[in-house]
Parts: sequence; C-alpha cells; structure tokens
Amino acid sequence: MLHLNTLWSVIIAILWVGFFVLEGFDFGVGMLHMIVGKTEEERRLAVSTIGPWWDGNEVWLIVAGAGMFAAFPSWYATMFSALYLALLLVLAALLARGVALEYTTRSDDERWRRAWRWALTIGSLLIPLLIGVGLGDLLNGLPINSSHEFTGNFFDLLTPYGLWTGLTLLGLCLLHGATFLKLRTTGEVRERAGSLARPLGWAAIALVVGFVIWTRSVAGGPDVPDPVEILAVIAVIFAVRLAVTDHDGWAFAASAVAIGAAVGSIFIALYPNVMISSTNAAYNLTVQNSASGGYALKVMTIVTVIFFPIVLIYQGWSFHVFRGRVKGPSAASDPPAAAVPAAPRA
Amino acid sequence: MTNDLARWQFATTSIYHFLFVPVTIGLAFLVAILQTAWHRNEKPEYKRLTKFFGTLLLINVAVGVVTGLVQEFEFGMNWSAYSRFVGDVFGAPLAMEGLAAFFLESTFLGLWIFGWGRLPKRVHLACIWLVSIGTMLSAMFILAANSWMQHPVGYALNSHGQPELNNIGAIFTNPTFLWGYVHVILASLLTGSLVMLAVSAWHLRKGREVEAFSNAARISVIVLLPVIVLQMFVGNKLGEIETKYQPVKIAAAEAQWENCQPCSFSAFQVGGGKNDKTPSQIIEIPHLLSVLATGTWNGAVVGLNQLQKEDEAKYGPGNYIPDVFIQYWSMRIMAYLGTLILLFALWGGWLLHRGKLAESKWFLRLSIWAVVTPFVMNTAGWLLTENGRQPWIVQGLMKTINANSPSVTSTDIWISLVVFVLIYIALGAADVVLMLRYSRRELGEDDDGEESSAGKPAATTTPAISY
Repeated sequence: MLHLNTLWSVIIAILWVGFFVLEGFDFGVGMLHMIVGKTEEERRLAVSTIGPWWDGNEVWLIVAGAGMFAAFPSWYATMFSALYLALLLVLAALLARGVALEYTTRSDDERWRRAWRWALTIGSLLIPLLIGVGLGDLLNGLPINSSHEFTGNFFDLLTPYGLWTGLTLLGLCLLHGATFLKLRTTGEVRERAGSLARPLGWAAIALVVGFVIWTRSVAGGPDVPDPVEILAVIAVIFAVRLAVTDHDGWAFAASAVAIGAAVGSIFIALYPNVMISSTNAAYNLTVQNSASGGYALKVMTIVTVIFFPIVLIYQGWSFHVFRGRVKGPSAASDPPAAAVPAAPRA
Repeated sequence: MTNDLARWQFATTSIYHFLFVPVTIGLAFLVAILQTAWHRNEKPEYKRLTKFFGTLLLINVAVGVVTGLVQEFEFGMNWSAYSRFVGDVFGAPLAMEGLAAFFLESTFLGLWIFGWGRLPKRVHLACIWLVSIGTMLSAMFILAANSWMQHPVGYALNSHGQPELNNIGAIFTNPTFLWGYVHVILASLLTGSLVMLAVSAWHLRKGREVEAFSNAARISVIVLLPVIVLQMFVGNKLGEIETKYQPVKIAAAEAQWENCQPCSFSAFQVGGGKNDKTPSQIIEIPHLLSVLATGTWNGAVVGLNQLQKEDEAKYGPGNYIPDVFIQYWSMRIMAYLGTLILLFALWGGWLLHRGKLAESKWFLRLSIWAVVTPFVMNTAGWLLTENGRQPWIVQGLMKTINANSPSVTSTDIWISLVVFVLIYIALGAADVVLMLRYSRRELGEDDDGEESSAGKPAATTTPAISY
C-alpha cells in the first residue's frame, strides 16, 4: 500500500512548486512593471498580463499552507511560529500587493497611483525572497527542541543558505516575470522585457548554480546533484538562451521548469524530514512524526483526488481563454471580439 | 500577557475580515441575480446594474481575500500549540476550503471580470454563479471548522490525548454547524441586500437613473424580506442548539446566574460585568426566556452558578464563565437590531406591494442609514459565539490559555498587532473612499470593457472611471 504520509509530503511539495511556477511570474511582473512600462499606459498593460490569473495563482499558497495544517499539523505549527516575523512581513506584502492590483487605477490621483505601484513592486519582491528564506531554513535547520518548538529568534532565521535560497527564488521570479512579459506583450514593453531577460538570466544562472552546490553541501548526502537539481540548472540556462533568441513560448516554459525544479529540489533534499533541527538531529520533524492520523490523511487524499484534477482543468481553461498577447492602447479601440490572439513564436 | 495579546490580535483581525466577507457573499449572489435578470429580459439597464454592483463587489473582495490570508497564517503563527493539538481534525476543513472553494471563487472571478464580450454570454453568466457558489462553499468549510471548536464531534482521543478525526461525516452534520452555517449565509444575504438597497436609495433620492435603481431596490427588498424572517427563526433555533451543547454561553448571554423555571427575559439591565452577579434588571418580560431557550412556556434554564459547579467537578478548579457583559449585550444588540430590520423590511415589502418603493422619501432616507446595522449585527454575533466559548478554545478539550505559540514572545505579537492595525486602517480607508466614490458615480454605459483595474489597457478604462 502506498504510504499516505509520503504521498502527502509529495502533495505539499507539488503545491509549493505550483505556487512558485504560477505566482512566480506574477511576482516578476509586479517587480518589473515600472521598469518595462515607462508610461501609465504601458504600466497598465504590463500589469494586465496577469490580471485574470494572479488571484487564482495565489490560492496555491493558501492550499499549500492549509494542506500542511491538515496533513502535517506539527510541521505547520513549528514552521509558522518559528518564521513569525518573516511571515508577518510576507503577510504585510500580500496585503499591500493584493489590494494594489485591484485599486491602483481606480483613482486618477497621481500620488494614489504611485503609492499603490510601489506597494505592488515591493510586495512582489518581499514575498518570494522571504518565503525562499523560510524554505531554505527548513533544510538548513533551525534551533528546534525535543517538543518541536523553535528556540531561536528572528536573526536565527537569517541563515546564509536560507538567504541564498531566498535570493535564488527572487532571481528566478524576476527571470520568470521577464519571460512571461515577453510572451504576453507586444511593442516596446516586450522589447524592454526581452532586454532585461539577459542580465536577469545571467544572475539567475549564477544563483541557481550556487544554490545547487550549496544544497548538496547542506543536505549532507552524495556530492553528485540529483536529476531535479541538474534540471533546474539546465532549464535556467535554456530559459535565458531561448529568451535572447526570441523563442518566447519556450523561454517561458523553461523558466517555469527552472523555478519549479529549484523549489522541488528543496523538498526532495529534505525527505523523509520536513524540517531539520540544528539543535539535535533526533528532534527533526519528519513525514512520520509530524503527520495527522491515517483516517484524516485518507479523507484528505480522497478529497484531493476528486477536486485537484477539477481545479487543474478549470484553471487550465482560464489560461487557455486569455492566452493571447494583451493589446496596447493603439489596438484598444478594436472591439474585444476582434482581438485575435497572436500566436507566440514557439 | 502573550496569550491575551494573541487573543486581541485574532479578535481584531477576524472581526475586520468579517466586515468584508458577508458583503462578498451577499453581493456576489445579488450580482449573479442581476446578470441572470439581464440574461432573461435583455434590458440594457440590468447589464449596467450588473457592472455597477460588480465593481463594488470587486473593491470589497480585494480586502476580503487578503485579510483572509492573515487568518489562515495566524493559526500557525500565534496558536501553534492549538494547531499542533487539533490539526488532525481542524486542518481538514481548512484544506478542503482552499481546494474546493477558493480555487473556484478566484479562478471564475478572473474569468468573469475579463470575460465580458469574450466568453459566450451563457458561459459568462455561469462564471458569476460559480463565484457565488465558491463564496458560499468557503463559508461552509470555515463554519464546519469553527463549529467543531464550539461542539467537537467526529473524533476520538489517541494515546497522547489528542483528538484524531474518525468520522468526517459528523463534522458536516454537527447541529451547531448546520444551523450556524445557515445563520451566516442569511446574515450575508442580509448584508448584501442592505448594501444594494442603500446605494439604490441614494440614487433614487437624487432622482438619477430612477428606472434602473428602482429595479435594484426592488430586488434588494425581495431578497431582504424572506431572509430576515428566516433569520429570526434560524437565530432562535441556533440559540436552542447552543443551550443544549454550550449551556454556559447562553446562560451568560442572559446573565442568568440562578436556576429558574419559568424564566423571564431581561430586556435591559445595568451592570453585569464578569464577576457582577447582581445586575439591576430594568425591564423583564415573564416566560420569554423559557420560550426562547427551550421552546416551551415553562421551560427551565440552568443558571451560571450551577453550571460553574458542574464544570469544576468535571474539569477541575477554574473559572468557566465567560464575560457576561459582552455576552448579554452582543446578544441584545444582534436581536434588537434584527427586530428593527424585520420591521423595516416589512415596511419595504408593503411599499413594494403598493408600487411606491421608489417614491417613499422616508423609506429611502432610512435605507441609506440602515446599511450600518448588518455590520454591527455581524460583529455582535461573532462576539457572542466566540466570547461565549471562553475559557475554552475547543469546548471541553483545550483551554485558550494553553493554545498560543510557546516560542512567540509578547514583543513579537505587539509588533505584528501594530503592523496589522496600521495596514488595516490604511486598507479600510482606501476601501471606504472607493466604495463611496463608486457607489455614487453614475451607471456606466453598456459596453463590454472589463471592470477590473488590474487588467486593462488605459484607453478603454476611461469610460468606466470618468465621473
């Protein structure tokens, strides 16, 4: 019989991977929208690329958190209380950014717009950075005692490996946002996104390579990277190469694989642990000692098997409906029905 | 101290969150009704109304969604001992909420906002209904989780003394849940219909777009009237259920210290704080408490003094009585305002029957101010039910005092409390500014532009926000 604890650790990992693959480009667009868009119209256009989807993408985070609560209550309890002040900042960023996406253009007041645009930019930067630090800390280890309580303070969260992980995910979100903008826009916005892809890409490559080497050393296993880590490196290199050669669709696919593989590799390196104690390896949280009982896991498995495929279908349909490139102000006078989606060059 | 701060934080953030939730649930439903009306009669004013109230819905949803994120994180951040202890049972409905409700709500909201003129009309209409269903499902899972804290069922204690889920069906057939859920949905529809009525009344008073807003006012009253009538019944029934499972909660709400039979209802009293057993009863109505609490003319109600003794015998020494002042007044504020809204809705129904809804100056004037009442009632209702559970976080299983995070200091919580309060004030101010502005602007033209700011090129947005 398939072990439900292991299955659930895989589901949680998939949810975090899905969150970064999807919301990752939303963060990237949020951070880059004032750079790729010089005028008010261009900035609107840049943000409109994520308009129909960002809210649904963010639900992956909610479900990842709630899934941990249901399947691994101790993991959820230890991680969320340990990362207290970091998560407070994440929440502040989520609050500001989520409202900014809806409120920015609802007033013509210049200061109002500027304030919300900065809220979107900074919020989109802080969230992947801080969540990245938190995920890195899971593997790096935090001071955790025998009752699975965190015994450190805020500065103990700022481990070098955790910070590097945060920077890596930040860099990948920027690249992912650039490839996404390139795929979904036309004209100058697309050109600026394209010219950003090269420097952002080189930074991302350096960060990912460093991340993979460091992960090997922190995980303490074999010195040879596992396939998913190798995949992350290859994908990020391909993403840059494809973006530079204007293969927009494939470049976006590659940056999606890169960020997904990077996040996934953390969970793979962790298994069968879910959170390492730097105090004593005997205090590690594992898929066994932090999990809910068999009945709860069975119920959650059935619910997931029923609902998750349905979610994937309608979320996929939503991506399909709005798949075309968004139009600039010049084309906006066309009736929407005539807005034939421009096929991205693949 | 840490525990008190964590409680203040949870109370503050959840009360704030629940200012937005019922508007979302109620307005999503009403916007779906408006769009359905347009779909059937094809009159352009219904489409314009759909977009007009749809925009108000979106302004409100923005804050409702993000403040909900805070609630989910808060269990782990501030209440890790609780999360660890009950996650096996309590986590399941929360995860189901995300999977079955949040994805539905947010994905189809995106499709609805950006689908005008792009999706087939029928499919587009289905999107707003799926949003409405998503909001109601979301409330269902949260209420199932909350009801488990009020009346835990469907579990057995394992070898560590922790509750383990053993019957998921029991979680969703918990009587506290069934009645509590209906109560919350009705409260949300009440809130939504009073918001729509207030906005419509404001425009009717100005004599603007009389035909369109008469229709919106009519739909509001048609929803409001049956909802408030049902709500009086359901609220009363929930009181009976709670008398059975959480007798202390209801005895405290009636400030009933001594056993009584028959029991008179205290309509107004002075005093009655936590340890004040001799409040001065100003107005008493004979037999009414017996009728309300037990459904019989001469029913007996057990007083707080005896309940305290019983709980001490069962759970050991301690104070098992919540703050009576909060209980007593939150119950009365909710019930008295509910009664006023019932009378108001009957007046509206009578005007509607006479075909004079849009002309009654006093009804319209009152409608604008009536919009405050649901927010007061909703808050009072949550105070009643959550304060009434104290000192327990899960009735009979875990005390609130033992539930906060051991690793989180009071400094941490002070910082987060201040951060949340500041951000919430800023978001609340922005929300109110936009709600007032957008509910007073004129009805938009019948175009197919998207109504969200997040997503549309500047040129076509101009008509929507030029006022």
